Amino acid sequence: MTASKATTAQAGTPAASGYRSLSMPMRYLINAILVVVFLVVGELMIDGGVVSRYQTGVIEQIGIYIILAVSLNIATGYLGQLPLGHAGFMSVGGYSCAIFIMRMMDVVGVTARDFVTGSPAAVGLFVIGIIFGGVCAAICGLIIGVPALRLKGDYLAIITLGFAEIIRVVMQNIDGVLGFTLTGGAKGLTGIPSYTNFLNTFIVVAISLFLIHTMMKSRHGRAILSIRDNEIAAESCGVNTTYYKTLAFVASAFFAGVAGGLYAGCIGVMAPAKFGFMKSIEILVMVVLGGMGSMLGSVISATVLTILPEALRAVSDYRMVVYAVVLILVMIFRPEGLLGDYDFSMSRVIERIMNHGKRPEDFAPATTPAVEAVATAVASGAPSATTEKDTGKEASTHE
Amino acid sequence: MSSDETTKTETTVETAPSASPKRHRPVLVQMETPNLVPERDLGKMPVLQAEHLGIDFGGLTAVDDFNIAMGRTEISGLIGPNGAGKTTIFNLLTNVYKPTRGTILLDGYDTAGKSVVEVNKMGIARTFQNIRLFNKMTVEENVLVGFGNSMSTHLLTDVFRLPKHWKQEAEFHDKAMDLLGIFNMQGLAQERAGNLPYGAQRRLEILRALATNPKVLLLDEPAAGMNPAETEELMENIEKIRDDFQIAILLIEHDMNFVMGICEVIGVLDYGRIIAKGTPEEIQNDPKVIEAYLGKQGVK
Ligand SMILES: Nc1ncnc2c1ncn2[C@@H]1O[C@H](COP(=O)(O)OP(=O)(O)O)[C@@H](O)[C@H]1O
Ligand SMILES: [Mg+2]
Repeated sequence: MTASKATTAQAGTPAASGYRSLSMPMRYLINAILVVVFLVVGELMIDGGVVSRYQTGVIEQIGIYIILAVSLNIATGYLGQLPLGHAGFMSVGGYSCAIFIMRMMDVVGVTARDFVTGSPAAVGLFVIGIIFGGVCAAICGLIIGVPALRLKGDYLAIITLGFAEIIRVVMQNIDGVLGFTLTGGAKGLTGIPSYTNFLNTFIVVAISLFLIHTMMKSRHGRAILSIRDNEIAAESCGVNTTYYKTLAFVASAFFAGVAGGLYAGCIGVMAPAKFGFMKSIEILVMVVLGGMGSMLGSVISATVLTILPEALRAVSDYRMVVYAVVLILVMIFRPEGLLGDYDFSMSRVIERIMNHGKRPEDFAPATTPAVEAVATAVASGAPSATTEKDTGKEASTHE
Repeated sequence: MSSDETTKTETTVETAPSASPKRHRPVLVQMETPNLVPERDLGKMPVLQAEHLGIDFGGLTAVDDFNIAMGRTEISGLIGPNGAGKTTIFNLLTNVYKPTRGTILLDGYDTAGKSVVEVNKMGIARTFQNIRLFNKMTVEENVLVGFGNSMSTHLLTDVFRLPKHWKQEAEFHDKAMDLLGIFNMQGLAQERAGNLPYGAQRRLEILRALATNPKVLLLDEPAAGMNPAETEELMENIEKIRDDFQIAILLIEHDMNFVMGICEVIGVLDYGRIIAKGTPEEIQNDPKVIEAYLGKQGVK
């Protein structure tokens, strides 16, 4: 077919005329620098004793919950499903990562101390362990996703909830079945070396956010979003909905597993009871509060909802009550979540500054229905050159 | 209209006899009433054929004995009262519904048992009577979803932002902008589809369908809700799309000026059956059509 070449008549973007924008490598560089600055400042504060050990632990947990919330957001905010078993994937990742690292320590000759000093072997073991945890969770995501995603709404919620319970029961009882110690049963898995620290948590969070962001800003991510917006239309456009639903679900599980791996090293004990239904709900609340489909929203609410209970230690018994009340209030006054599906872009902010506070729309010729009417009128007969001239005039009157 | 037709025949003379499918057995069905196919498409395999197509919903026969053979660059119309079964025919042609009877051949290939996605990949794209856009995505992204199957980067190439990712994104950004240019919508590229005015949403849906690189485009009431100026513009653009992309277009529309002005062949559907078929002139003077639209009183 000669089709796609036929329409080159009016090529080009009339939009960004005069608007100064950042190139892609520049944007990534800016973000990378910000991450490094953040990291260095954090490390200095911890080393200098400005931040206590306890506070460092809380910061690590914030990072872990950020990954959990953002990964759940793939399935809820981006894919538009409502799975209730995120803690299940987290626990699979946590157990498999911890067990893997503990078993491999003797093999590669890494001691618990090496994780603190950060010997190359220990770092390597950590990296492989975290990825292993993610992969194990992703495999579970695949196994549960294929049947679950044929269902919709409530049914998917229930089947994922059931799955998380199954995982919990398996972790609790598998030792008796296998006849040797693997998970430590109901008492939990103890003696996990504390391989999680501020530095590696921060790096894993940054990488996870980057990967989820880049996945969503690609043809794969667009396919996932199209299913959320209109599944019937997506199919009619050739989007393989089964594949992309499964992909989103598996990616969501993978990063939950990664977070689980960090969690095991941060807490030092894995007990099945920690990964019950309430944990899944806690993560879901973070996503809903932040705004479905907003990565920044998930990050902020994960941060706030991790700090809050710590700050309110005295009333920790009422934590779930506070959660419930906050959730109800948000649902009443801001049902789309704090940020809706707004997403923050550092480079956009810098571009705004570069352009003295103007937005790209202020330069673009057509954004409003009024301009659209102009386009319509012009397009009905005149060649497109006139349109650009006309709208060019419009843009200049904006100045 | 008449002067238009002569130019069309001229431009398509040189097109090679393209359709000679390689795989499967190409099922050639004798072209039914070939006199209806535009002259320029004669001698080539019809791009879309349906034979004795029908579907029952419980006891209701929504469509019965529907036949069509579309020339490769033909614009045809499907008209009929509400509830006649027009949209149902689109759903049958795109395999949203499984036909109770009959066969559909696209470029000679039987589409029976294919999924909606596979049928789209085989070359049928459509729009919806009640607009179905990806409302929270931008205009450009809507079109890019349509381009999805033309893009080939692996997930990891995209996720790790390898050079091929950037190359492909840039290439398809340009393609999307070109496509939006058909309706002068480049300036709306970053707008949310859901925020567009009604007419622009309908146009975007057509462009999104075009992005899937179809051989046949099905438009379900494309001019519904448009003002006369927009409708006029749309007519011109549909012909332009047909000429530029060399595709067949089958459309459902209630606006008679639109249908009569643009369609080369018109089928009239009533209670699920085609009651008349022919050129706009033939249809306008067909007593059965007048009866279906105006009732028996109208004829007398
Ligand atoms: N999925 C369905 N189940 C039952 N009946 C249906 C279904 N789809 C369409 N119909 C019926 O088929 C008939 C034709 O509908 P439709 O094709 O939408 O008409 P129109 O010509 O207005 O587009 C109507 O009577 C409608 O109720
Ligand atoms: Mg209809």
